Amino acid sequence: MDIPRPNQVGTGEPGFEVVARQDFSDTTFLLEIEHPLMANAARPGQFVIVIPDEHGERIPLTIADFDRDQGTVTLVIQAVGKTSKEMQRVCQTGSALFSVTGPMGVPSHITDAKKVICVGGGLGVAPVFPQARAHKENGAYVIGIVGFRSKDLVFWDDKFEKYCDEFIVCTDDGSRGIKGLVTKGIEAAAEKHADIDELIAIGPPIMMKACAETTRTLGIKTMVSLNPIMVDGTGMCGGCRVKVGGSIKFACVDGPDFDGHAVDFDDLMNRLQRFKEDEKVALERWTESCRRLDQSPLEPLPPDKASPRAGA
Amino acid sequence: MPIQDAMERVGNFDEVTYGYSVEDTLRECERCLYCPEPACIASCPVAIDIPGFIEKISAKDYRGAYDVISETNLLPAICGRVCPQEDQCEGVCPVGDPLKPVAIGRLERWVGDLAIAENWVNVPYIEPNGFKIGIVGSGPAGIACAAEMAKAGCDVTIYEALHLPGGVLRYGIPDFRLPNSVVDQEIENLKKLGVKIECNVLIGRLFTIQQMVDEFGYDAIFIGTGAGYPKFMGIEGESLNGVVSANELLTRCNLMHAGEFPAYDTPLHLGKRVAIIGAGNTAMDAMRVALRQGAEKVYCVYRRTKAESPARAEEIDHAEEEGVDFQWLTAPVEILDDGDGNVRAMRCIRMELGEPDDSGRRRPVPIEDSDYEFETDMVVYAIGTNANPIIGQTSKIKLNEWGYVEVDDNLATSMAGVYAGGDIVTGAATVILAMGLGRRAAHNMKAYLGIRDTNIVYAGHPTETDETLFGIAANERNFHRVRLAKDITSSTEEEIHA
Ligand SMILES: Cc1cc2nc3c(=O)[nH]c(=O)nc-3n(C[C@H](O)[C@H](O)[C@H](O)COP(=O)(O)OP(=O)(O)OC[C@H]3O[C@@H](n4cnc5c(N)ncnc54)[C@H](O)[C@@H]3O)c2cc1C
Ligand SMILES: Cc1cc2nc3c(=O)[nH]c(=O)nc-3n(C[C@H](O)[C@H](O)[C@H](O)COP(=O)(O)OP(=O)(O)OC[C@H]3O[C@@H](n4cnc5c(N)ncnc54)[C@H](O)[C@@H]3O)c2cc1C
Ligand code: SF4
Ligand code: SF4
Ligand code: FES
Repeated sequence: MDIPRPNQVGTGEPGFEVVARQDFSDTTFLLEIEHPLMANAARPGQFVIVIPDEHGERIPLTIADFDRDQGTVTLVIQAVGKTSKEMQRVCQTGSALFSVTGPMGVPSHITDAKKVICVGGGLGVAPVFPQARAHKENGAYVIGIVGFRSKDLVFWDDKFEKYCDEFIVCTDDGSRGIKGLVTKGIEAAAEKHADIDELIAIGPPIMMKACAETTRTLGIKTMVSLNPIMVDGTGMCGGCRVKVGGSIKFACVDGPDFDGHAVDFDDLMNRLQRFKEDEKVALERWTESCRRLDQSPLEPLPPDKASPRAGA
Repeated sequence: MPIQDAMERVGNFDEVTYGYSVEDTLRECERCLYCPEPACIASCPVAIDIPGFIEKISAKDYRGAYDVISETNLLPAICGRVCPQEDQCEGVCPVGDPLKPVAIGRLERWVGDLAIAENWVNVPYIEPNGFKIGIVGSGPAGIACAAEMAKAGCDVTIYEALHLPGGVLRYGIPDFRLPNSVVDQEIENLKKLGVKIECNVLIGRLFTIQQMVDEFGYDAIFIGTGAGYPKFMGIEGESLNGVVSANELLTRCNLMHAGEFPAYDTPLHLGKRVAIIGAGNTAMDAMRVALRQGAEKVYCVYRRTKAESPARAEEIDHAEEEGVDFQWLTAPVEILDDGDGNVRAMRCIRMELGEPDDSGRRRPVPIEDSDYEFETDMVVYAIGTNANPIIGQTSKIKLNEWGYVEVDDNLATSMAGVYAGGDIVTGAATVILAMGLGRRAAHNMKAYLGIRDTNIVYAGHPTETDETLFGIAANERNFHRVRLAKDITSSTEEEIHA
């Protein structure tokens, strides 16, 4: 059998095509990327490194879903800074990303747990989904808990409902489900079920920390997926190092999943601030250039900035 | 050798050493004694016929000189720049006592640069032999192995995890020492041999080595994934913001253009006062990049002395000229917090040299009560690397106790048909050693596949007077393979190895 060649950078072939896009809210969107080899290889818990265009940076994004028949992988992205906002603007169906590498990281270990809670906070809802599905397919009783600020931001509830035996939505403002943080949902579930074997939590570090604190007292094994700043994603730079159980681990090759009770979350949160000032500069500069573009009707947006052959 | 003025060059990324002129080159060649048993050849890891190419230059047969070098070294423009010549070819040249040795590296670089300028490539007559070879990693080891296998007629594909090929040549060694244009050129030459390069492919994760054999039909595979995985010391304060590995600093700058932020999106956030721990090539590169990116003060903290430093002598000299403050015989004890999670200062202790250790170098021992603090807002670790774990995580290939790939004398791994070389076998070494191992692995891979191989890889252009057989020059005949039917080769694999 001949290798199906992934689209390549540098060979004159286009980059990695965006074949579908869906917007969940004004900050969250989904991209489906064509990459049959990756769709075939991806396992729950893995991520990709994306470079949107030639001048872009390498950003890690979790593989939120994959479709082996269609040969696509799904990314769900929250527009938080320059790169993700620019992607939100330019990555339309039919456009191409300069580079997509993966799947990276050690796949989540889908244990033989009989009863599992899968918690997703905000954007973590997407990456926790493949784990919930995998556990369900493994015969476990799956309780899905997702947390959002309000009901308008909720997405993929249909997908969760399909694979979860119980599904709990928590919102900060109480506009849907339980009013409060996901930890409230965890407490409610734990009260009902005394035999929970494992909890998986993905979301902002502060949320994962709170989940881990809650389960520590309940004595439930807890896995979290860490999201430190990365560069190569191949274990070569050490930028993604995290403290777990007192020793240094590289999240990109030793993780990203770790035992939530051993992770030093404060260290992770501090390290995520590393480029705070630079990120601000980049975002302001970019916002300003967008504003100018939007104001001048004669100058259309660069049509396909994400294409590897566009630009300098 | 003409070099850029130190004060000027810290403001740019242009090459520090300009190449020789023709006159310099010819003058330097006159110094070679053409030793009957040249020590230089024996000390070059790929055994370039050094007096041979010098003789060609002297005879003004520059193309001939290139042909001699490219018989064994595919990347002269690179090796001439980055080899630690004082420990290899030049270290043993008898002219060097008491004068300076023949500047072999500079001559080699001159020929390599000329070849690039003149667009010389030795693309031999290649007869496809139907074998498919997969190469993992596009560093010097992978490049050398790929070239050899392609010349033998194999269908070769290199898989690289990053978005650009070259390994350390690309992301590690900065432009002022090895311009990316030189790396690009050498990779172009590789493509001319028919080698395909697929970037953005992380082997082990996108597909495994086992899959390459079982599903994709690779007849042999070479692993050249480099060492990777930078070491830290485990001292207090290491996860503060502002503490990075040299690999991270260099990758951000060289591969991702962080120096041009915000035109490029990757930030660097360089400190004003940067302390670099270690004194190898990687450390020197990190220091000199920091200076060029605008650091006001750069310190080198090393627990031994200049004499024990593993860096190329020239790089240390250049770093000193550029104003790096070397703190020899000093070891870090603790990195101090500014209260906001960033680096404020570093505490170090002075060392003295004691008894020699296993490596024969005198072991540094701390001097009691000699610790002191100095202000710094960035600390860069350049104290070496551990083995990258990905291949181990995703295959059954046997690793040694340190996590490097275990190979036998033929560079064969524990998996049939899979060979390895370069830093992933030896631990962090040099460009030319990695290339040497890549070539040696290729030699053994050919034996494994039953491809006829001689050490004479290519001997210049056939001329009209050359003897030819069926229209093929005699000196190219080694590109024929022994025609073993492929299924026979694989079914008798065990017998061949018995
Ligand atoms: C394993 C992993 C999986 C991730 N999965 C997703 C996902 O599925 N969807 C999603 O929207 N986001 C995900 N992230 C986070 C995502 O990479 C960052 O949001 C993105 O890099 C922000 O870039 P920016 O330029 O838009 O924002 P910036 O303005 O650069 O940064 C905004 C914040 O994002 C963080 N960040 C910045 N650069 C990086 C980087 N290179 N790597 C990690 N974090 C960074 C910083 O803490 C910063 O405060 C993941 C991160 C990791 C490590
Ligand atoms: C900053 C620095 C300066 C140096 N200076 C000198 C010098 O002046 N002179 C000298 O002789 N030596 C120098 N060295 C050492 C020299 O560069 C290395 O010994 C040499 O590059 C090793 O070559 P390699 O082919 O084994 O690996 P590398 O050059 O490390 O290349 C390995 C490649 O494999 C890729 N890879 C890794 N894993 C995978 C995977 N799973 N799938 C696909 N691809 C993968 C990597 O991305 C990388 O591109 C220096 C090293 C550094 C870091
Ligand atoms: S390859 Fe390196 S060691 Fe060999 S001759 Fe050239 S510079 Fe010297
Ligand atoms: S050892 Fe020195 S003098 Fe002798 S052949 Fe080599 S380069 Fe010439
Ligand atoms: S991202 Fe570079 S080592 Fe993990």
